[in-house]
Amino acid sequence: MWSFSNISKFIDNWLRATFNPIWTMVIEMVIAGVCVIGLFAILGLVLVIMERKVSAWMQIRLGPNRVGPKGMLQSLADTVKLLVKEGMTPAGADKFLFNLAPFIAMMVAMLLMAPIAFAKDFQMWDLNIGVLYVSAVSSIMVISILIAGWASNNKYSLMGAMRSGAQIVSYELSAGLSILSIVVLSGSLNLNDIIQSQADGWWIFKGHIPVIIAFIIFIIAVTAETNRAPFDLAEAESELTAGFHTEYSGMKFALFFLAEYVNVFIVCAIGATLFLGGWMPFHIGHWQGFNHVMDYIPSSIWFFGKTFFLIFLIMWFRWTFPRLRIDQLLNLEWRYLLPISMFNILLVTLMAILGWHF
Amino acid sequence: MIEEIGRTTEGDVMINVGPQHPATHGVLHLVITINGETIKKVEPHLGFIHRSIEKMCESLSYRQFIYVTSRMDYLSSHINNHACALCVEKGLQVEIPSRAQVIRVLMDELTRIASHELWWGAMAMDLGAFTPFFHAFRERESINDIMEETCGARLTMNYMVPGGVMQDIHPNFQRRVKDFIRLYKSKVNEYDELVTGNIIFQNRMKGVGYLSPEDAISYGCTGPPARGSGVSCDIRKLYPYEIYDQLEFDEILETGGDSFARYMVRVREMNQSIRIIEQLIDNIPEGDFQAKTKAVLKLPKGEFYQRVETARGEFGVYIVSEGGTTPYRIKFRSPGFSNLSALDHMVRGSKLGDLVAMMGTLDLVIPDIDR
Repeated sequence: MWSFSNISKFIDNWLRATFNPIWTMVIEMVIAGVCVIGLFAILGLVLVIMERKVSAWMQIRLGPNRVGPKGMLQSLADTVKLLVKEGMTPAGADKFLFNLAPFIAMMVAMLLMAPIAFAKDFQMWDLNIGVLYVSAVSSIMVISILIAGWASNNKYSLMGAMRSGAQIVSYELSAGLSILSIVVLSGSLNLNDIIQSQADGWWIFKGHIPVIIAFIIFIIAVTAETNRAPFDLAEAESELTAGFHTEYSGMKFALFFLAEYVNVFIVCAIGATLFLGGWMPFHIGHWQGFNHVMDYIPSSIWFFGKTFFLIFLIMWFRWTFPRLRIDQLLNLEWRYLLPISMFNILLVTLMAILGWHF
Repeated sequence: MIEEIGRTTEGDVMINVGPQHPATHGVLHLVITINGETIKKVEPHLGFIHRSIEKMCESLSYRQFIYVTSRMDYLSSHINNHACALCVEKGLQVEIPSRAQVIRVLMDELTRIASHELWWGAMAMDLGAFTPFFHAFRERESINDIMEETCGARLTMNYMVPGGVMQDIHPNFQRRVKDFIRLYKSKVNEYDELVTGNIIFQNRMKGVGYLSPEDAISYGCTGPPARGSGVSCDIRKLYPYEIYDQLEFDEILETGGDSFARYMVRVREMNQSIRIIEQLIDNIPEGDFQAKTKAVLKLPKGEFYQRVETARGEFGVYIVSEGGTTPYRIKFRSPGFSNLSALDHMVRGSKLGDLVAMMGTLDLVIPDIDR
């Protein structure tokens, strides 16, 4: 199987031959940083146009079709518009915190990019506690939303922020528990090890019903964690005008917007990695011929295919369901999802100990 | 009451919802007091779109003032025009040709469907679902096309005049209405699949915004909000006008009294309107579309009142005439105003998200409330 490590090894060897070790490290870090920022921007543009097209298909509309071929450059035009807009700070706002919040949101989204394996041997940081890192860093997101809501000096923003605080903190629990069930099965926190453990079949197929339950809970919980409809109470256009980013305009708003979409990508990438095998092609046990044919499809296509399938699923939710009320939202988590996922993880543990999975 | 309004306890927050707010569908201003997410009080502030239509009508002739009423409840402008035309005809004591009567009823019912379609989409949007809005507009658009052909307008029709209708129906009218009925029947199941049967939707609607039958009567609620509480108030049944007494249709009554009951009343009402249209569309009698009336209308001295059932409830026109060519005084009884007054009673103690849902079920049109 062709691997990206050939390219990275080549660059690494060339740099080591040309510069001394410290400069090599600095240059490699810069290259990685530029890659993250580039990926971040491209993902934002792609996901925005994808959301608009998906929503248009569901709403019997055409969607953007003027800028570029089939409207594909629409989000580029929007970015330019947002860049030249005035970034206003309201009079009563806490200026420092108000301007800090969008950067925290974006930084969190960027940090989360690090441990994700985009393709075979294409990973920025092969972290041995990858899963833990992702859960820990993603919970910083709530701080930026709380800061934004508080510093805006707007009642709608504050209510949106408080809602989202309650929501993200509670849904992190069941998201974490469903992630744990895969950690239990694969016996590692390292994302690469988890992918390797799915070489003979993805966990969603190998893990019987408990893993399917965990997958469903994971999808519900991450939809809530990323503040997407039907759990978009932090924004809730019809109730709170725009929730925590009511007062933001121009590029500061765009950073929140980008961070939201990149977060959606990241949680879907994590979901694809844990449950659907990441870049691992579709393998069935000992069918050597079949597995070999599947290996011909590049690993990046497998990864992005699975991730975008999950993203489409989350977009599908958004354009189909009405919004929950805040008490129903918390009831759903604390009374249904959390007990179910706690019981589920017991089942998974039992399954892992007794070796009942394939 | 005043003391109660003035009293705020610790933790209460006043929030202005509107006049510019996505939930109010217009320039309605609600001052709400909340404690956390729980609503303690709602005070509607009106007057942002007051155009003094009643006063304007006093200087317009009996033919002219009907056009102004299209701008009140712009979603059921046919029915507003209809009420005014009926009231003037009552004063003139003219006999309306049966063709005109049938056309008027057909237009009324088409308007009712169009209005309920828009409400259905807007209601779902209040709850955070955007897609139903576009699906509702697909059907509403075909009604608007029918209206455009016959009346020349899509929103403010001004089609009904004293004595009948302004001009005869378009030759395509019957065919296109039948096409619409076919389209509607093929799509109406989608509505239930997309919204009515949705578990989140039902949880949001059932058991919130309870309005007892007694309260509905004492607040003067009419139309779907009152019928959702089980109060029989369909003017088409109780005080039939035009040919409604010869038609077969049911008055929709739900006994729940909550948001879901009001929702179901409207959804089921659309089917009844389709039933009325089906009875009439093949039986439009031949004849004149307008009775012969004088060029300048003069109502005899006296007071005239006519009520009709709009998409939102009971709409009344009260004309005081001194015998001249313009009315001495005109008063409109708009359904939205009374329905809005029940909002505070319904919403107290529920969550902020429910306020939006309840306003959706009241189907408020702000120019109708402010006039």
